[in-house]
Amino acid sequence: MAGTKKGLLDFEKPLIDLYKKIDELNRLSRHGKIDLSSEIQAVEKRIEQQRKELFADLTPMQTVSIARHVLRPTTLDLVKHIFTDFLELHGDRCFADDPALIGGIAKLEGQSVVIVGHQKGSSTKENIYRRWGMANPDGYRKALRLMQMADNFEKPIITFIDTPGAYPGIEGEERSVAEAIARNLREMSQFEVPIMIVITGEGGSGGALGIGVGDKVLMLEYSIYSVISPEGCASILYRDASKAKEAAESLKITAKDLLELKVIDEIIKEPIGGAHNNIEQTAKNIKAALLKNLSGLKQLSKPELIETRYKKFRSLGIFEELSPL
Amino acid sequence: MKSIHDWFSKKKEEKELEAKAEKLDIPGNLWVKCFKCKGTLYGKDLEANLKVCPKCGYHFKLTFSERLKITADEGSFLEHDNLIVSKDFLKFTDAMPYGKRLEEAKRKSGLNEAVITSEAKIGGMRTGLGIMDFSFIGGSLGSVVGEKVTRLIERSIEGKMPVIIFNASGGARMQEAIMSLMQMAKTSAALAKLKKARMPFISVCTDPTMAGVSASYAMLGDMIISEPGALVGFAGPRVIEQTIKQKLPENFQRAEFLMEHGFIDMVVERKNIKNTLIKTIKFFME
Repeated sequence: MAGTKKGLLDFEKPLIDLYKKIDELNRLSRHGKIDLSSEIQAVEKRIEQQRKELFADLTPMQTVSIARHVLRPTTLDLVKHIFTDFLELHGDRCFADDPALIGGIAKLEGQSVVIVGHQKGSSTKENIYRRWGMANPDGYRKALRLMQMADNFEKPIITFIDTPGAYPGIEGEERSVAEAIARNLREMSQFEVPIMIVITGEGGSGGALGIGVGDKVLMLEYSIYSVISPEGCASILYRDASKAKEAAESLKITAKDLLELKVIDEIIKEPIGGAHNNIEQTAKNIKAALLKNLSGLKQLSKPELIETRYKKFRSLGIFEELSPL
Repeated sequence: MKSIHDWFSKKKEEKELEAKAEKLDIPGNLWVKCFKCKGTLYGKDLEANLKVCPKCGYHFKLTFSERLKITADEGSFLEHDNLIVSKDFLKFTDAMPYGKRLEEAKRKSGLNEAVITSEAKIGGMRTGLGIMDFSFIGGSLGSVVGEKVTRLIERSIEGKMPVIIFNASGGARMQEAIMSLMQMAKTSAALAKLKKARMPFISVCTDPTMAGVSASYAMLGDMIISEPGALVGFAGPRVIEQTIKQKLPENFQRAEFLMEHGFIDMVVERKNIKNTLIKTIKFFME
């Protein structure tokens, strides 16, 4: 598999010439009715090789561009491939149904689970409708309602994180997105069922964490997780939005860095060229990770589950403790 | 988080005013201009009035020691965890290295972090008391603030004391990146334990209580009290304005706006906060 030539990112531009060569060979082969398949294969191999090299040593900002790729699979794209019998459930029983954060019930290899996740659109029109996956308070409250149902009926919870952040709007403040997120953080720490978090694209700040407290935090290889976007950080701290690249490096937002800091538990491999090059394979990898972790978590008693989860977040933070003089 | 932007990009004039207000205790600097009504105030009058403008009721920010003085019973304050200090573990450099920023904040505020936690009595009753100070890097929530708040809650569960926190924060401490975000989960999980232990948490929002702090412990109080006019919210007003390209309503994200929308129990003037706390602690503990 040489991957797709659709949506090549800036740093993948060296591949363009090779793809052109394949097109050329295909054309020749059709016109001249000659078999050039071995030549084509050779070029494909070169593409694969070069892609591997390009992806072997990505800068954090290049990772950001993959995490935000317009073709990156959305939560619903992944759900379709990972689960069966999915039924989307709507509304927070309070005010509204937020299309930026979806939820529902499904089967994971025959086991009943509750799913919630941010939902980006796959077109501009859909993105306007879904506010680019930026949820309002109603989204977080819908997620809470569904997770409480899961807790009550003893079904594991799986959340998918892919958001630039909570939506910064008037309504969000009127209905207090701060309260909605805070409540989720508190309640998620106490549910008596396994909670698995999968960061699939952008893990943007409090809006991500609002469905991000769980027993296992898994992260797709080229996704990001950060307290603030590199652009936001650059314009505030460096007072220069063009310094996003430096900010991306300082903020430690890649899966590799976050694994080292113990903020996440596991990195899920992506196909060569990123998740959008092979959605089925990406879903397969996520599913395998979910099944493996779920069977481990099912071994724990309810009090063990809650205490382990508490300790996991309790231990995060780096500081110095001086000894008394 | 985003809202901290507003605190750094304040108009020059506002900044100068703020600087002046902060200089209140310096001899010779006797006149201060009120932010809100722009009235000229005699420094001593302002201090005598608990730093509330006698003309328009504007509540100036308080430092930790000013807040402690008007909140805890005299001689009852016992500080805890004052030896936990921040560390520049990411070697984070923006306008200045984080390590240097910490040193400067310590020098300026006379504190070693943005929250001071303690056991103190209010109206003769024992409480786990936390007071945030905005002058320490905007009261931002870093590893130390998260750890001290968590220990305060855990200690209060053990000692069967109500938890009271005075919030004053622009949000997350960006120099600690993701670790700062994680403090929101950590402190909220500790509050879940407090709730299970049936011990109360009274959250007092002062100007400002934003972003990472409001989206964690500040909004999780069994009771949430706010000083008049305090900015309380998630996203910074400027960020919202840029996103929706509309002018924001007059009292947007102010304490009164939050009470009107059902997210704050009471807006209480500074001079009445201690009495209100005494009543609420009595309700819970007697």
